[in-house]
Amino acid sequence: MALTQADVLAGLKEIVEEVAGIPAASIELDKNFSDDLEVDSLSMVEVVVASEERFGVKIPDDQVTELKTVGDAVDFIVKASA
Amino acid sequence: MSIKVKTGSNSRILAVGTYRPKRQVPNSEIVDRIESSDEWIQQRTGIETRRFAGADESVVSMAQAACEMALKRANLTISDIDTVIFATISYEFQAPSAATALIQQMGNPKAAAFDISAACAGFCYGVAMAKDLISGGTSKNVLVVGSEKLTDFTDPDDRATAFIFADGAGAVVIGPAEEPGIGPAIWGSDADSRDAILLNPAWTDFKDSPTKGVADLGWPNINQQGQTVYRWAVFSMSKVGLQALEAAGITGDQLAAFIPHQANFRIIESMAKEMKLPASVVIADDVKTNGNTSSASIPLAMDALLESHPELSGGLALIIGYGAGLVYAGQVVQLP
Repeated sequence: MALTQADVLAGLKEIVEEVAGIPAASIELDKNFSDDLEVDSLSMVEVVVASEERFGVKIPDDQVTELKTVGDAVDFIVKASA
Repeated sequence: MSIKVKTGSNSRILAVGTYRPKRQVPNSEIVDRIESSDEWIQQRTGIETRRFAGADESVVSMAQAACEMALKRANLTISDIDTVIFATISYEFQAPSAATALIQQMGNPKAAAFDISAACAGFCYGVAMAKDLISGGTSKNVLVVGSEKLTDFTDPDDRATAFIFADGAGAVVIGPAEEPGIGPAIWGSDADSRDAILLNPAWTDFKDSPTKGVADLGWPNINQQGQTVYRWAVFSMSKVGLQALEAAGITGDQLAAFIPHQANFRIIESMAKEMKLPASVVIADDVKTNGNTSSASIPLAMDALLESHPELSGGLALIIGYGAGLVYAGQVVQLP
């Protein structure tokens, strides 16, 4: 069953908070992982792996660098789950 | 008529020895060429300093120093060694092997000797082979040495690798033991990801283009896809570590130490977390002061740990190597 944007955003907030220690309240769709949230490239790998497990999707390595904002990641996961 | 076979014995690591190049290089010496900072490097890798070998410190000379230290600590001499396994990816000659140069220089030119190319997993591959050579009765005392001069194959302007790789050598003497001191190896490859760590071009590219040199073709420096390797190391290698514990019949709380390949302290911390190792397990962190020395990193880290925590001697350690190939090997060993 396809996930909704709200489902994925809620789950992703928990993951980013757990991996990078960033308060969920400051994680919004337009935030850039690197510039706004200071999630570095290695933490991003952990966010991706945790997202794969949580949402049951596959995020290939060559896609990871394309996920610049929280919104990019939410959109990718929603599409991949469809 | 049946073929006569030999049977050997249990084995353990009798002693470890190391060689650390004289020159210690802080992040401040690296950062300008890669437009980086000490803080950035420490945050991503934990590395504060590393050692770079000078012109008088070669792959073989560093290996010899490490082997001499290990032999002395084991109360053996090179003439007691019947087999030498040399793990390296940075020896400067295609053939003959670094292992034969080593035995010639050390004064036992008759020993069985060969190199293995398993990159950062090379030391653990060597330990696995030494254990089986001894249990099969082929060998009695084996030197396993990892020695690397990775600075010869690292681009100081590469923002992805220049701060990671370093030089050094580490060796162990593995010999007969009453009780098993080396557990079964969990080893293998993920060769579909060969491109994740590459040294290009091939030597023959230079021969095929005789009018072109390094300026045209480049030099076979290490290229690494950091995120791919990080993902594989943390999430696949932690599973290998758990399998190695299970194969040895050991649980995490029975381990004294965790001594993985010293690639990056972020990887090491994340692996320990994934494996849910208890806080009582001492985690090797030699990468912080000596960088990533590929096949040499585990014996270097083992020696540093035994020096800072002598009480770990005789305890069990999980060692695991992983690197270019991608290849990996891990096993439980009793510390010397």
